[in-house]
Amino acid sequence: MSTPREPLWEVFVRSRRGLNHVHVGSLHAPDAAMALRNARDVYTRRQEGVSLWVVPATAITASSPEERDAFFDPAADKIYRHPTFYDVPEGVEHL
Amino acid sequence: MTTPRITPRTTSAHVDYVLGLADDALVSAQRMGWWISRAPQLEEDLALANIGLDLLGQARSLLSHAGRLEGEGRDEDDLAYWRDERDFRNVKLVERPQDDFGVAMARLLVLSTWQSELYAALQRSSDPVLAAVAAKASKEVAYHHDHARQWVLRLGDGTDESHARMQAALDAEWPWVAELFDQSHLDPALVAEGVAVAPESLREPVLRRLGDVVREATLEVPEVAPRVPGGRAGLHTEHLGRLLAEMQHLTRSHPGATW
Repeated sequence: MSTPREPLWEVFVRSRRGLNHVHVGSLHAPDAAMALRNARDVYTRRQEGVSLWVVPATAITASSPEERDAFFDPAADKIYRHPTFYDVPEGVEHL
Repeated sequence: MTTPRITPRTTSAHVDYVLGLADDALVSAQRMGWWISRAPQLEEDLALANIGLDLLGQARSLLSHAGRLEGEGRDEDDLAYWRDERDFRNVKLVERPQDDFGVAMARLLVLSTWQSELYAALQRSSDPVLAAVAAKASKEVAYHHDHARQWVLRLGDGTDESHARMQAALDAEWPWVAELFDQSHLDPALVAEGVAVAPESLREPVLRRLGDVVREATLEVPEVAPRVPGGRAGLHTEHLGRLLAEMQHLTRSHPGATW
């Protein structure tokens, strides 16, 4: 079927209360309302979620691969920024 | 130890009523399955498959229930695969081909609107199994209705071509709507006993809701003469036999096959 290409949407699913929405993939839809419904059908058909976000892919500004060194490498040798010197108490979840 | 008989005398009218609702769902599911791999995009492919599977689930529960009510040892598979055309009790609306997307959405809009009103009322049925199936199915058909409505609105209020094709689809489906409200093949005692919902009582709410969507989509409610009913009595169009031939072929060629 020769339908014109519809806009791309990025889909975020919250799997249960208390957790963040996590990016799960993308899909095509003519508008936001249909994107939300398509997301329901494509990404939550096995009870994966309790909440959905759809975002126009064009609304996302992404870091570029060429800038990767300047963006991320300076953090590599600054281990004092990591909370690795603390003992995690027992029974703490989601850390 | 003997198994207690908890089922009171069940009339064949009761069985036929449940079979009618089961066959509406089963035949619709089979027609919806045709769209798998043929929908305009992957997202719609999955949506239609989900809807078809919801309908199949409803059909399975209702067929199993009909088999138990009948009390002759037939299970859901026996009823789905080993009955012939004249024993199917579905309305003719659902058995005709729907290889046009507009027709598929027009029919889904009609079916889901009718089913949502029907299942809402059936939740108060004196048949506890029917009431339970209706409660579960209500959420499913609410989504089917939403899906169909979204498409009818967009196609109706879209381009000149989509508007014309959506109107043509409504015109094609509308003559078959009236059969949903026909009660000439229903035993009035079933309604009096609170088992069945009087089909005629659904006419006003269903037509009102359909009209609201159609007008919002800038389309017109077709004014057409209704087709003759008869599906509930086993009198079908030429299309059901072919559908059943495909649906039942594997089971009849290889009885008892499993995988």
